[in-house]
Amino acid sequence: MTTPILTAEDVSVAYGKVEAVRGVSLAIPQGQIVTLIGANGAGKTSLLNALMGLLPSAGRVSFRDEAMASVVAEERVARGLSLVSERRDLFATMTVEDNLELGGFRTAASARAAAMEDVFARFPRLRERRRQVAGTLSGGERQMLAMGRALVGRPRLLMLDEPSLGLAPRIVRDIFHIIKALMQTGVSILLVEQNARAAMQIADYAYVMELGEITVHGPAAELARDPKIIESYLGLGHHR
Amino acid sequence: MSSSIALLLVQDGIINGAIYALLAVALVLVFAVTRVIFIPQGEFVTFGALTLTALEAGRFPASVWLLLCLGVTAFVLDLARGRTKRALIPIARRFAWDIAAPLALLVLALVLAPMKLGLAFNIAMTLALVVPMGPLIYRIAFEALAEASVLTLLITAVGVHLAMTGLGLAFFGPEGFRAGSFTSLSFALGPLFVTGQSLLVLAVAAILMLALSIFFGRSLIGKALIASAVSRRGARLVGIPEALSGKVAFLMAALIGTLSGLLIAPMVTIAYDTGFLIGLKGFVAAILAGLASYPFSVLAAIFVGILESFAAFYSSEFKDVVVFMVIIPFLLWRSLSGTHVEEEE
Amino acid sequence: MSRRSAALALIVLIAVVPVLPGVPAFWISLANYIGLAALVALGLVLLTGVGGMTSFGQAAFVGFGAYTTAVLTTALAWSPWLALPVALLVTALAALIIGLVTLRLSGHYLPLGTIAWGIAIYYVFGNMKTLGGYDGIPGIPALSIGPWSLLDQRVSYYLIWLIVLGAMVLTANLLDSRIGRAIRALRSGAQAAESFGVDTARTKLIAFVYAAVLAGLSGWLYAHVQRAVSPSSFGLNAGIEYLLMAVTGGVGNLIGAVIGAAVVTILKDQLQNLLPLLFRGTGNYETIVFGILLVALLQIARGGIWSLIEPYLPARARPAPDVLASATATEAASVPLAPVAAGSRQDTAPLLSADVIRKVFGGLVAVNDVSFDVRPGEIVGLIGPNGAGKSTTFNLLTGVTHLTAGGVRFAGEGVEGLPSRAVARRGIARTFQHVKLIPDMSVLDNVVLGSHIHGKAGVVSAMLRLDRAEEARLLGDAREQLKRVGMADAADKPAGSLALGQSRVVEIARALCLRPRLLMLDEPAAGLRHLEKQNLAELLRRLKAGGISILLVEHDMDFVMGLTDHIVVLDFGTKIAEGSPAEIQVDPAVLEAYLGGIE
Repeated sequence: MTTPILTAEDVSVAYGKVEAVRGVSLAIPQGQIVTLIGANGAGKTSLLNALMGLLPSAGRVSFRDEAMASVVAEERVARGLSLVSERRDLFATMTVEDNLELGGFRTAASARAAAMEDVFARFPRLRERRRQVAGTLSGGERQMLAMGRALVGRPRLLMLDEPSLGLAPRIVRDIFHIIKALMQTGVSILLVEQNARAAMQIADYAYVMELGEITVHGPAAELARDPKIIESYLGLGHHR
Repeated sequence: MSSSIALLLVQDGIINGAIYALLAVALVLVFAVTRVIFIPQGEFVTFGALTLTALEAGRFPASVWLLLCLGVTAFVLDLARGRTKRALIPIARRFAWDIAAPLALLVLALVLAPMKLGLAFNIAMTLALVVPMGPLIYRIAFEALAEASVLTLLITAVGVHLAMTGLGLAFFGPEGFRAGSFTSLSFALGPLFVTGQSLLVLAVAAILMLALSIFFGRSLIGKALIASAVSRRGARLVGIPEALSGKVAFLMAALIGTLSGLLIAPMVTIAYDTGFLIGLKGFVAAILAGLASYPFSVLAAIFVGILESFAAFYSSEFKDVVVFMVIIPFLLWRSLSGTHVEEEE
Repeated sequence: MSRRSAALALIVLIAVVPVLPGVPAFWISLANYIGLAALVALGLVLLTGVGGMTSFGQAAFVGFGAYTTAVLTTALAWSPWLALPVALLVTALAALIIGLVTLRLSGHYLPLGTIAWGIAIYYVFGNMKTLGGYDGIPGIPALSIGPWSLLDQRVSYYLIWLIVLGAMVLTANLLDSRIGRAIRALRSGAQAAESFGVDTARTKLIAFVYAAVLAGLSGWLYAHVQRAVSPSSFGLNAGIEYLLMAVTGGVGNLIGAVIGAAVVTILKDQLQNLLPLLFRGTGNYETIVFGILLVALLQIARGGIWSLIEPYLPARARPAPDVLASATATEAASVPLAPVAAGSRQDTAPLLSADVIRKVFGGLVAVNDVSFDVRPGEIVGLIGPNGAGKSTTFNLLTGVTHLTAGGVRFAGEGVEGLPSRAVARRGIARTFQHVKLIPDMSVLDNVVLGSHIHGKAGVVSAMLRLDRAEEARLLGDAREQLKRVGMADAADKPAGSLALGQSRVVEIARALCLRPRLLMLDEPAAGLRHLEKQNLAELLRRLKAGGISILLVEHDMDFVMGLTDHIVVLDFGTKIAEGSPAEIQVDPAVLEAYLGGIE
């Protein structure tokens, strides 16, 4: 295992008295895809938000060997941590191009143009739609734009929350191919998915989250053979 | 009513409407970016106008004290809240901006005000004294409430309004002042008597609107402001600091308010509480535009201006009643036509 | 010292202050103003603190009360006592009209509306010749009771504080009633309240008029204590001051209103002495301090002074479950809780049927011509991937969202187009995906909200405590439902202290209070632990055995497969499959929608 780009130790998130994440520890190795799977309400999104600094949390998070405790979300972005959230959080009234340009808000103007070119090359669809307003895009295009916007900022670690959410299977396939390709350019990826089967196929390592805790983790290939994991996450329950 | 009187009333309404339009645009801007319904917008009109009249008369402008008060408060609060890093350089930098700069302006004003250096100096000095109050107010009252509901922010805005009118009274006194015209130009146009000042109002309003549209359409920071307004989370995810958008929005609101104050200073007698009422009429326009659309705010503001001048013609006592009640049927229509499903989360 | 004795001590203190030797007359007059302001602030507690509606315009209602009595007692020489009901009636009418127009305003538009009419009414007062213009009306007679004239500050002190205490008792009674709970429910969202059958528009209006009448009463008293009225006391600034009082004291609490009124009134008096010296001039300099106070309170202590005091007070005594309540509870238990449908389970007539329902949001088809039935005594599951349109379907069936096309029939009757409170009254109860309990209310009070439609008591009977028999019946019912879901022990805990699983079950108990024929559950198992899920499934089976039909939207496959009789699968707003759990598990379309791997 290479040196981790991000480590989380004993991270907890509480909403009032309800603890959504309880003492989670994980490490994301440089240049790999790590997936986090679990049922609805297991606390995956809360964990991502805590790692991003969008939710107050207990425990320690360090990114590229720097403690993140006093670093607000906006500054984590500047340091190379990026989150593509479940809701995409696009600037719906602005054009595709403006959305992408803002993705490079924390990078130098010169680097921004080149990064946008890279994104257009990776998502030719976005180039076709560059003058279109983001709110009028289809579900798959929105996901591409959300990922593209994050990539303009040249992140070191890209966290993707349910990128396949609400998308047709064919588009899901495209998105997963792109994720795999991104990894090959050196970006580390934390992938949260309900579509566990697809996620396990591209991931190097997997964590399983249940009721706010990490219950199992290991190399994705091993976990994919674990009968318990297959029963709970890779099939239609044990009725299959 | 003869048509020439009607024309006069329309002319009057459009000029007032232009001022209301500027204020309405500022209100929409602040609301969109920060969700603050900025009741004290009109106070900048007051402070701008009263600072100008003081400088014109060669008096020391009391707004310096106000700026210094706000600067010290913001400096102390930021330090106490840990928003300024507790290291020498960040503290020194904040001190320079929040306290030393107002002190420098104080000295400048003390020395230069009695010399009556003319209109250009007066305008520059007024802008330098009043505009920085915008971001200072944001830091003092609103920055810590970024997660609060619109309602809490609204009540806070009302609190800021109370404090600012009170301070306006304390520093400027209860008397009203009126500035001299910026230009003595005037001419007759058919039945209308057109003054240079009124043309100036329209020209500045138009230029400001144009500048704003370029700012929002072209500059990255302008786009970042829109982005914060559209999706606060999205803005944070691309690294736009919430406080930056807030400060810029309040800076622009203060700039627009102060310019409006400068423009109407020669046309209306301004006392410590006049600006509030003018600001509220900008509000009526902003609300008529649903606190959302800039072009509609401008149209609504012209409508409010004309409505006011006609109402004043028929019954000067009830003109304000008419202007403020016009929003009720509108609000009613809005809430009846709106969807009633509450947004989850 | 219990709360009761603390309150008693306070009352005694209020009673003896004026007769203590050495108390300056000026204190008494200050206390009078505190009392007058407290009346208005009490109304704001109900309106803003409890009901969630912010008003900057209460001063205008004080003005309605004050001007009405001023005109009647000067120009028409009426007795002040005769003018009192008229003053209250005028205020109530004004509030009714203003309320009808502005209460429909949602969110922040309501307080903006109150600013608008607050200013407008001030100008109306100031410009009406009959009301004396900006000079107002002088020479208003003082109150007198038989031979005692209330010219004496000490006498009016007693009258004012007697009224304040009376208003506090009546308001507390109102809050602790069916209507009071409905007002509380407003704050947690109209959608939840409507789903128990609460007419939220009417409830808002009740709170608004009640608060206005208290303000009008204060105005009537003010006119006769001050013996002159002028518009400046009823302007926007005065309205803001009243809100400041409520926020200062703690906007959710009746005693907080009195504390806030006292603090702000005393502060204002002191500042008016002090600040003009500082600034060498006269004027309303106190607004500086008030403004800063308001901003500071919202940043530091949003719960006001009361929230700082309350932790040090003895805990509120638990009301022992009284005999009457438990008696009716057993009685209620013996009654079949759900009116069993006319036919038996095999009866083929559906209880609920969705008939080609369709919903389009701005060009996007969220629900695409979906049809299905729920038969009496069935548990039906509505499943599908995220974003499949399940929640929208749910909202269409319960009247929360309007259909674009199609029809919904319940028990043989078309219910499409009905508001959700009407749907509730026909026997459909629901729970929410994001639990909508009111955290600072007890579990029992939350549950009894569900029985809103089974009570009749109105405002007056609640204020006068004539509703106790009905209350006992409703509370008994609620306890019974809590017992039924196995949460009887939690009845007196605050709802906010429950874990998610318990909260969901409490929501079911609340829904059961409606005595529904159909229970609709929105993702009841989301976020539950394994054991909690099992218990929930067990509970739902028991309810089914008790004759209740259930429609549930769910994500959790295991949960749905083991529990339901019939399953409807949605994907992208379209029904892709329907059948028994066994059929659904092997349906290729379902497998594709759920799995859709990358190869």
